[in-house]
Amino acid sequence: MNRAGERLINGIVKENPTFVLMLGMCPTLAVTTSAMNGLGMGLTTTAVLAMSNLFISLLRRIIPDRVRIPAFIVIIASFVTAVQLLLEGYLPELNKSLGVYIPLIVVNCIILGRAESFAYSNPPIPSLFDGIGMGLGFTASLTCIGAVREILGAGELFGYGLMPDSFVPIRIFGQAPGAFFVLAALAALQNFIKEKRRNAGRSYQKIGSGCSEDCTNCSDMGCARRFYGEKRNGTQDGGRDTGTGGLEYVNLEEEE
Amino acid sequence: MSGLYQVSSNPHIRSKVTTNGIMLAVIVALMPATGYGVYHFGPRALAVVAVSVASTVLTEYLYGLCRKKLTVTDLSAVVTGLLLALNLPVTIPLWIAALGGVFAILVVKMLFGGLGQNFMNPALAARCFLLLSFPTQMTDFQCDAWTGATPLALLKAGERVNVTDMVVGNVGGTIGETSVAAIVIGACILLLLGVIDLRIPGSYIVTFALFVGIFGGRGFDPYYISAQLAGGGLMLGAFFMATDYVTRPITTGGQYLYGIFLGLMTGVFRIFGPGAEGVSYAIILGNLLVPLMEKCTKPVAFGYKRGGAHRGKQV
Repeated sequence: MNRAGERLINGIVKENPTFVLMLGMCPTLAVTTSAMNGLGMGLTTTAVLAMSNLFISLLRRIIPDRVRIPAFIVIIASFVTAVQLLLEGYLPELNKSLGVYIPLIVVNCIILGRAESFAYSNPPIPSLFDGIGMGLGFTASLTCIGAVREILGAGELFGYGLMPDSFVPIRIFGQAPGAFFVLAALAALQNFIKEKRRNAGRSYQKIGSGCSEDCTNCSDMGCARRFYGEKRNGTQDGGRDTGTGGLEYVNLEEEE
Repeated sequence: MSGLYQVSSNPHIRSKVTTNGIMLAVIVALMPATGYGVYHFGPRALAVVAVSVASTVLTEYLYGLCRKKLTVTDLSAVVTGLLLALNLPVTIPLWIAALGGVFAILVVKMLFGGLGQNFMNPALAARCFLLLSFPTQMTDFQCDAWTGATPLALLKAGERVNVTDMVVGNVGGTIGETSVAAIVIGACILLLLGVIDLRIPGSYIVTFALFVGIFGGRGFDPYYISAQLAGGGLMLGAFFMATDYVTRPITTGGQYLYGIFLGLMTGVFRIFGPGAEGVSYAIILGNLLVPLMEKCTKPVAFGYKRGGAHRGKQV
């Protein structure tokens, strides 16, 4: 089956890092004052996430289990530094408006979470696409939040005036409390849509995964629904906390 | 619920006090302040009150229709709308008043589970929402009846104000906060009916007066302290908002603690903050700390020592 595609859909819809996993809240709330900032932050994170996932996956047999977190941080920090230098060189405006949140991508829990829960125990290609999917999901969410906040708080979208002149900007949406309101409203909206679809028998859980909800006869190792029970691989993954807030990927090593 | 034969767990003593009765008492008690506001600021004040109350009641009604549980008859939405209107300047565009009403009921009250579940006073939360969203419209106190700065702004600027005018209400400000006399009449009604007691308002006002005396920079000057007490939303806040049943502590000690905290915070906001007023932020901050205050002041059960050990036991 098509794992790369499944990973992409997983990151964007099923396990959207912002609205479903509720990870990376700090940049989500802080930089989404406009749609452009959200898009910029999302794409920057996507680049770092994809590359760090790929490299952690490639190095997963070399990195000792005990020092994996420092090793992840070193890999992630290298990519963040590279991306920041590129931004400074080519997009100084965006770099200025995102400010301190670019270096803070190093400790972004989405990146560390994907490294720990997916890339460290999966082959490189699915890991790369997992990173891209998660990154695009993050980008889409941040852009949506930024767009709503920009429209309500400034009457603009991507810097272009949208609203009639009589529109009075609701300033709170440009400030921190507005970020919480918009995040909560959008998360509730996507839950509402997913619930409706599930009730209509068209669950997003099954998109692109070919899921027949028959876990005993299924060979999909990266599936979040799968219950591995006693078959945990003790030496590699035994009892390791995956740090993704309850969504556990305890994957058996796939033999390539 | 008229189940005489219904077996339920304790307590079995039923009080005659109902939510409707309390809300009605609060509405009646707010009438002097509302009436004075309409008299002082003219018919537009009445329009603001009407729009605000209509929007809160309508929001609660529509939400009740959606959830198939009508709660609008308990009158709490009317109280919220009235309190919100009393906290708005008379020049406010009517759609902003309506937006505030929708925010108070929908976001602060109903989404958290309705009356009794809201963690924050809805009217004050809406006021702060509007204050952050529309700072110019919310602080525009110029109108036909009154021009010039509010007494608190004058005090902050170091000018003299007329305390007698402030007590009567012949000053600028929001619709309901100007007349201390009208508010105190309403508060007396609530005190006589036993709806509120003096624990929270008393400790609030005394703490604030002491704070102003110590840190106000003018010593215990009776003129300055009384001007600070009579100015702004302090009286309205102390008697009508801080005593809100849902968002105040239920323990006696907690209520004193809450009043003292509100007094300190109001003093800090008014004297050290950038603005002249701080009552609404102080009360909202106090609301958030209520669970903690209740936990700290939980009474010890009969026969137990503080800390949970039973007295009779040999430890």
